[in-house]
Amino acid sequence: MAAKTIISRPVYGTLSPQPGKHHLFIADAEGALAITDMAGKAPAGFFDGAEIVFVPGREGKHVAALEALQPVQLHVAPSFASLLPRLKQTLTNAHMGLRLYLAGTEGLIGQAMQAALEAGIDHTSMQTEHRGSLARRMQCVHCKGITENVTTQPALCAHCGLLLLVRDHYSRRLAAFQGVCINAEDRSEIPPMEEAFP
Amino acid sequence: MGITFRKETFRDDYTFRNSPEHVRRFPFPFNEDAYMYAVNIEPHVVGPKGSVLENLIDVDEHYVAEMQDRALVLAEDPLRCQSLPHMTLAGWDLLELLMEQQALGYPEHFTLSRDGDRWRWINRPLGIDDTFTFGDTSTLPYGPMEYITRQSQGDFCILDQRDGNLWMDAGMVTTQADWSLDFDIGMNFFEWHAPVPLAHEKGIFTRALKFLTNIQQGKPARRLNWTMTINPRLDTSPENYHKWGPDRATVTPENVGQKVHLRVELQSFWRLPRSNGIVFPIRCYLIKMDELVTQPKWARRLHRVIRDLPEELATYKGLTRYRPTLVEWLSKLDDGSPTSPGFGPD
Repeated sequence: MAAKTIISRPVYGTLSPQPGKHHLFIADAEGALAITDMAGKAPAGFFDGAEIVFVPGREGKHVAALEALQPVQLHVAPSFASLLPRLKQTLTNAHMGLRLYLAGTEGLIGQAMQAALEAGIDHTSMQTEHRGSLARRMQCVHCKGITENVTTQPALCAHCGLLLLVRDHYSRRLAAFQGVCINAEDRSEIPPMEEAFP
Repeated sequence: MGITFRKETFRDDYTFRNSPEHVRRFPFPFNEDAYMYAVNIEPHVVGPKGSVLENLIDVDEHYVAEMQDRALVLAEDPLRCQSLPHMTLAGWDLLELLMEQQALGYPEHFTLSRDGDRWRWINRPLGIDDTFTFGDTSTLPYGPMEYITRQSQGDFCILDQRDGNLWMDAGMVTTQADWSLDFDIGMNFFEWHAPVPLAHEKGIFTRALKFLTNIQQGKPARRLNWTMTINPRLDTSPENYHKWGPDRATVTPENVGQKVHLRVELQSFWRLPRSNGIVFPIRCYLIKMDELVTQPKWARRLHRVIRDLPEELATYKGLTRYRPTLVEWLSKLDDGSPTSPGFGPD
């Protein structure tokens, strides 16, 4: 994580079991390990009321570890986009008192939080834990296109092709960091592209 | 006698000018020879005749041209005007405030007549005469906030107050100093100010929030903020930064007087009666260096402020590229003599 940060930059914690009967976990890749680590601190029977939605990602690991927790439901999805319709339905039908836990990459946490915010859940009530890649989801302030999995600074907008400074300024509503043209004043200045968010 | 509205542009051929009377009423933002952030908030009360504070909502000679420029911006990018679903009532509050204030201050140009919920609004400079039902959005061509802010100078942010914080939940933002409503909408007070350097550490925003959440109806407050803009461009949005950014590299000793503009925001803060929101008009005033330096005190003082500005602030305000050229140009107008206290010209 960047050493110097700003207030709009999300801060993540460590998952901890919350009181309540209904728990929804949304995780990707190494986010599964945040859930299994937390399971050690959970009271007996905790996962009897828990649903886990998991995107294993390219490496395809950790599904068995989550199965071993014996949640009432484990749904494995190939991508966040593919699980979104189901997630929206789950959130729409959720009762007051559902506890939400988000773990994994920033992109996953941000997009799951975005869906939950739209369902009227307050962001401060959600448990989050960052695991795995620091890759960012970025909105180009110029063309408004979202570029996924940005790892470099500066980064190219996948839509309009401008070279963008990836700021720490973050919008929960868009689930994205802001990208602003880095050489707008003189397009001939091309700063080197460095791997900043591995 | 009414205002003579100028025909002018804030883009392309940039024909914007201030008349000599408007130069003298310019809200010069420095009351001493140095600048640092402060919670410089004061009651927004009526000021001297002939000043921008003569009326609490100021209408000036640039009104018609600014409204035309706003329409152009919105046609290109409708996301500059957004309102989250819970903010419609606050939009009606704002419509009432702006109609009342403009009609009060400029009866020769604006007339509001009310018969219960049936309102008639006449805006002569823009050729509008509409009758509508207050509170019924279907009786206006736009939502209430968009309708009235297409007829009011300055940007407008409507803040919802909850959880001890203010939330940027609606706005009309087409003349902004490099921030994006589309990105910041829905953020709280600390979040949308996150990119501002130095001020968080100084506790500025904590104190400002405390003040703002306590604003009472009928007791608005105000502060000034400033930056600089190359060419009299109102739309210095981040959305279009790649289009106006190159202008910053065009400043030369020969064109400073015409190209470099001091941009002052008169920000005011008003409690809204029905929604309990706060409306935050950000009224932008531009003045080119050639106009500003007709007041010798302002020339001397601006030289000292820009010369001594902390580097972080110069960077944040985007002055870096042309600051040396500007300071050199202004230095020739600074004989080192003292400046009188206060904002106004001598």
